[in-house]
Amino acid sequence: MIINLSSPHIHGGDSVRMTMISVILALLPAAIVSVYLFGWLAFLLITLCMVTCVATEYISLRMMGRPATPVGDGSAALTGLLLALTLPAYVPWWMVVLGSIIAILLGKQLYGGLGHNLFNPALAARIILLVSFPLNMTTWIIPMHVGTTMVDLYNFSDCLNLVLFGPESIGRTLDAITMASPLGHIKTEWSQGIGVTEALRSYDYSYLDAFLGREAGSIGETSALALLIGGIYLLARHTISWHIPFTYLATVAILAAIFNTVDPAHYASPLFHLLAGGLILCAFFMATDPVSSPVTSTGRIVFGIGCGILTWSIRSYGGYPEGAMFAVLLMNCAVPLIDHYCRPRVYGR
Amino acid sequence: MLHTLLRSIAERPGIFSGGIEPEMLKITAGSPIATPPIAPIYIVPIKQHIGEVCTPIVSVGEHVFRGQKIARSQGYVSVPVHAPTSGTVVKIEDHAIPHPSGMGLPSIFIEPDGEDSHDESLEAICDYRGRDPGELRERVRVCGIAGLGGAVFPTFIKLLKDQRNPIETVIINGIECEPYLTNDHRLMLEKPEAIATGLDIIMHMVGAKKAIVAIEDNKADAAEAIRSALNSLPDMEHVEVRLLPTRYPQGSEKQLVQVLTGKEIPARKLPMHIGVLCQNVGTTFAISDAIIRGRPLTERIITVSGDALPRPGNVRARLGTPIRFILAQHGLEHFEDTHLLHGGPMMGERLKNPDIPVVKSTNGLLAMHSETMMKAHKVEQPCIRCGHCGVACPVSLVPNLLADQCRNDQFEKAESYNLFDCIECGACSYVCPSNIPLVHYFRYGKGQLAQITRAKAFADISKERSEARGTRIEREAAARAAKRKTVRTKHMPKPVDEKSSEEKSDISADPKGDGL
Repeated sequence: MIINLSSPHIHGGDSVRMTMISVILALLPAAIVSVYLFGWLAFLLITLCMVTCVATEYISLRMMGRPATPVGDGSAALTGLLLALTLPAYVPWWMVVLGSIIAILLGKQLYGGLGHNLFNPALAARIILLVSFPLNMTTWIIPMHVGTTMVDLYNFSDCLNLVLFGPESIGRTLDAITMASPLGHIKTEWSQGIGVTEALRSYDYSYLDAFLGREAGSIGETSALALLIGGIYLLARHTISWHIPFTYLATVAILAAIFNTVDPAHYASPLFHLLAGGLILCAFFMATDPVSSPVTSTGRIVFGIGCGILTWSIRSYGGYPEGAMFAVLLMNCAVPLIDHYCRPRVYGR
Repeated sequence: MLHTLLRSIAERPGIFSGGIEPEMLKITAGSPIATPPIAPIYIVPIKQHIGEVCTPIVSVGEHVFRGQKIARSQGYVSVPVHAPTSGTVVKIEDHAIPHPSGMGLPSIFIEPDGEDSHDESLEAICDYRGRDPGELRERVRVCGIAGLGGAVFPTFIKLLKDQRNPIETVIINGIECEPYLTNDHRLMLEKPEAIATGLDIIMHMVGAKKAIVAIEDNKADAAEAIRSALNSLPDMEHVEVRLLPTRYPQGSEKQLVQVLTGKEIPARKLPMHIGVLCQNVGTTFAISDAIIRGRPLTERIITVSGDALPRPGNVRARLGTPIRFILAQHGLEHFEDTHLLHGGPMMGERLKNPDIPVVKSTNGLLAMHSETMMKAHKVEQPCIRCGHCGVACPVSLVPNLLADQCRNDQFEKAESYNLFDCIECGACSYVCPSNIPLVHYFRYGKGQLAQITRAKAFADISKERSEARGTRIEREAAARAAKRKTVRTKHMPKPVDEKSSEEKSDISADPKGDGL
């Protein structure tokens, strides 16, 4: 049976499933680095997120009396992976489950399922968790191979106990096994009147470590290198276009460069901004989420610039140390408007 | 200002925005054009072009010669239809034509006598350079030539030597960017001299100084053949054969003009408004046939191909040949699990039955396996707004937004998003990862909008008419009242008749009673 008989009668062969799988593949380097740095904690976190997301998608589709076939398109699994990569290594298990349910149920299915959500589901869930549980969401486990770790993250039973019953179950306090992220550190130091350069010196910050990922942070955000590999793969495969990542990163870099030149004591350098926090993950994987970003090239450029301005502003003046997630979420709201005003010039008009 | 700036940046020759590179599958490129035997019956629809329907001028039982006019054109945008072979008219009745709706059109059924004798009433014009362009143009019209690239717009209309819009450049379109189709390719290989002559005739008719023959680089042999044919003609130094990189839909008039001249055809304008005339190679060949040999259009080259066809090839098919007959010549007699396509796979329509005849717009016949079609027509999934459709669109629309509007019946909004600029090339549907039949939505939207416009025009006319009627009734009533007044004043001095005259005027004052 053929439902539609209208031309064209050949197809390029691209599919939603292939798109989702390619993004999951692109996230693999970051996922591998996260397991290298955070051991079983990262593995458990990623597995739990992906399984919960897929299960939530399946259950909500069945509850709505819809066919469960969309579960197979891989979008729920991708949401789970993205959410996991933006979480700190140690989060209580129920918080992970709650976040995954929020992502699929509130972030996606309530809007009408795939293709209808206004916000990136993983990002929306991440923000809801951040504002609901600010303490847990900003405590960063000291990664392996960085400084002295008080807990062996390659020990499966320790990690499982930690996730299920908290740090006390393995005889540690939370403070003993955590450290501040570079962005968080300069924010707290600035509030005490200590300048950026000074703060970074006391943090023992190195650009190379930040590039490779040997620093505290969300499990998938630390390694700029791994994320760039994935991002370049997506660009080469034409899954994403260059417009959003390039304009986003360029805007942050330019703003940072200008203000860093004017007042280096207060404003961090462009390279620090690019390598810090979730910027690269957001630029290549969150802001480029097709559903919640503009469809036209011009629109994507506007979107990227908007994200860049907001990210830098929130980081420099906001209450939170990291602004990339908020920036993308806020720009998501503007997408219908951007789409309307940024249409390309039609042939002959 | 910004608009003009953007446009001047965009307008540069050599490229068109968007486009796709589908697998070309030109499996018949090496098959010489075959001439099939005479079919047992020919079914000639009385309209095979864009424009007004023709009127049959033969009656049942009448004998006709090949090339004899059997239906005369009516109106300006129309060309006559000719008999494809000599024989007897057996019936004139409605028959299905290649149209997605499966709709019928009056058709003339001709039973061949096997002689295939020509109607020789048209003289051959070999000294066309010395003839008046108007005379040649009339010949092109009389010979029933319409654009054989697929649009079948009456060709003579485009061949006008217009002082207001002088043609500077003639473009001969040998792009053939649709997968599978090789009819133009074979024609250029086998009849390059006739095409060169046709081009010379066209240049003389419109007074053009320059010409470009555009061919895609997967047909380099055809370009070579055309080049050497042009060299053998005098005064052809301003004719250029240009090899272009293969890209769909480069053969579309708008895109080809953009690639070759760097100019865009303004919206709702024709190529002649920017001094360009585009002709397909098949049409060019038909023009040369009509002038040099005095032969009306009774046959055309078609590619018979597809993955379900045992022996694909190119044929010189007479207009009116039943498609079933042609496919049987290529080894296809049973149509289970097979879908027939009229035209190429990107823009062709699916035929519901094989008894439909070949018409002037038939550039290809494809027999496809059901599985192949199933692969291309998967169940639609939600749009993930990836924007690939917008990248592929050669006219820079935003197809996914347009499709949303058409699906939600927001037709006015779709129109403001330039729905009518869509050329229905199918590039958006081809790249869509969600298998959304975007072009289908656009056709639906265009159809609905056309209906809305018609309904609105009808309502406007009705309103105007009813208003006119109202003013007419008022005017008549006023006229009657005035008349009554004069009659009254005339009869006033006679007080005796007062009562009777009042009664009379009461009757005439009733407009309804009067009007009926």
